[in-house]
Amino acid sequence: MIFVYIGSTILVAAFGQRIHVPVARIAVYVGLALLLSVGPVLGLGSDATLNTLADAGIFVLLALGLNIVVGFAGLLDLGYAAFFAIGAYTYAMLASPQFGVHLPFWVLLFVGAALAGAFGIILGSPTLRLRGDYLAIVTLGFGEIVPQVFQNLTRFTGGPNGIAALDFPSLFGRSFGTAAFPYYEVTLGLIGVALVTARNLRSSRIGRAWMAIREDELAARHLGINTTRMKLAAFAIGAAFAGVGGVVYAAKLSLVSPDLFQFQVSILVLSMLVLGGMGNIAGVVIGSLVLTLVNQVILPQSNVLAQAAHLPVNLSNAHFFIYGGILVAIMLFRPEGLLPSAQRQAELHESVQADGV
Amino acid sequence: MSTSAAGSMLDVRDLVVRYGGVTALHGCSLHVDTGEIVALLGGNGAGKTTMLRSISGLVRPASGSVAFLGRSLSGTAPFNIARSGLVHAPEGRRIFTRMTIRENLDLGAYAVRSRQEADRRRQEVLSIFPRLQERLDQSAGTLSGGEQQMLAIGRALMAGPQLLLLDEPSLGLAPLFVQTIFKVIREINERGTAVLLVEQNARAALHIAARAYLLENGCIVREASAEAMLDDPSVVAAYLGA
Repeated sequence: MIFVYIGSTILVAAFGQRIHVPVARIAVYVGLALLLSVGPVLGLGSDATLNTLADAGIFVLLALGLNIVVGFAGLLDLGYAAFFAIGAYTYAMLASPQFGVHLPFWVLLFVGAALAGAFGIILGSPTLRLRGDYLAIVTLGFGEIVPQVFQNLTRFTGGPNGIAALDFPSLFGRSFGTAAFPYYEVTLGLIGVALVTARNLRSSRIGRAWMAIREDELAARHLGINTTRMKLAAFAIGAAFAGVGGVVYAAKLSLVSPDLFQFQVSILVLSMLVLGGMGNIAGVVIGSLVLTLVNQVILPQSNVLAQAAHLPVNLSNAHFFIYGGILVAIMLFRPEGLLPSAQRQAELHESVQADGV
Repeated sequence: MSTSAAGSMLDVRDLVVRYGGVTALHGCSLHVDTGEIVALLGGNGAGKTTMLRSISGLVRPASGSVAFLGRSLSGTAPFNIARSGLVHAPEGRRIFTRMTIRENLDLGAYAVRSRQEADRRRQEVLSIFPRLQERLDQSAGTLSGGEQQMLAIGRALMAGPQLLLLDEPSLGLAPLFVQTIFKVIREINERGTAVLLVEQNARAALHIAARAYLLENGCIVREASAEAMLDDPSVVAAYLGA
């Protein structure tokens, strides 16, 4: 039943951004949340569907975390997958035969978050003086270094083969096993926590400081904002979200290897933000769901669809082409993202007006 | 002629600032007393903005000292300087154009933890700038240049400065707004805030200031009362036009 509660807070938090949310709308969200959380308990959705949704949910977590760094604080981070990897390897090393350490999943969720957060600070501190393009390049470097380190520290990480046979999480003595259902529900619950956290952060003092830094860092310093601390906080909190995502990801896959955390993962999560509407929590959720759907459902089916339509093409090698096309199309028609934040919209309208003058 | 600096609110001594190989300030001293408006005049590139930036901690001087309320500011982070009551309203306004006027003002009171105190300050700022009151929930980018300048000053006032550093507040404004801005600076000063004012519009600045410094090529070349400056033919020729 806890999932019902969490599920409903998820949606209210995501979409009920005005203070006075109409009752009818709340009812819709609660209904949706009930459907999402209780539906599978009653047997709704196949294992494959829940599996896809759980994967999508992990990416929602990542996107919500990266949104704090890029969307709220305006720090372009191209190496976000590094923190995802740190979370995943935390689980892999502390809940597997690798060292014979078998800590419970629930504890490692916190450990993964804390470790990733700590690395967020460590990797964030050299970049504090950098902005924009320069920051992006340095974070890109971190994103490359971390999987390399995991690949080469063979004694600890299993090298290129990674670590396999990770423990299945369990709850009240019952193992999660390989079925997608429990991972789906856990991910849903974590998304709930992440949504509430992100939403509260945005309207807090920290959130206002991030917004000021994003708009004009120098002006923010003039106003007495400790920009150093606030930027590190953004890196750390954003990284912690990815750490949690990594722990769930590793547990669900029961396996980690360095190639799961390459540059494409960082770019994919960033695309989710841009596509959904940077800075807007609901937009980010939708962006990650849409991109996961495209990647995992539409693209694998594209060849089947083409054959059904008797098209003389083989689309199985054209995934990236189609994927890129979809991104370009969305950016052309909705440059501010599917659900933009008010500020981002204002920015684009400004430039449109400026062009018109 | 030079008035004593001891016991001043702001005391800048022998400040040297270098950018790479270029020396921007060659050992400048100035002071601002409680309740004063002091004008800092000089041509482009004389070092006026550098002076303000080193006072508010954004630029680290090579040598010399800055003391505010008797405490040295060397090594103090800019955000802590701002919190100690020395607030810098930078050149070019730098308001948050994509936020509302209310959000801009509230960010000015960022360091104020009490909600009531922030509300009280906002009321006070809005009583100085009634024009902002009407547009409180509009995006700041929709304001005219003059209104944006008012917002920039209002935002700085939200931080509760004892000393306000203003960098070119009248730059690029319509003549009517220039008058209003100077009237407002005087009003702020009458409410008890000292002001160090950097201005291209030297005549208007001297009309509201008590004292003035003349900065040329990184050196303070003259310090005098505002009246004396206005009467000085060389100052008139160089900075006030014929």
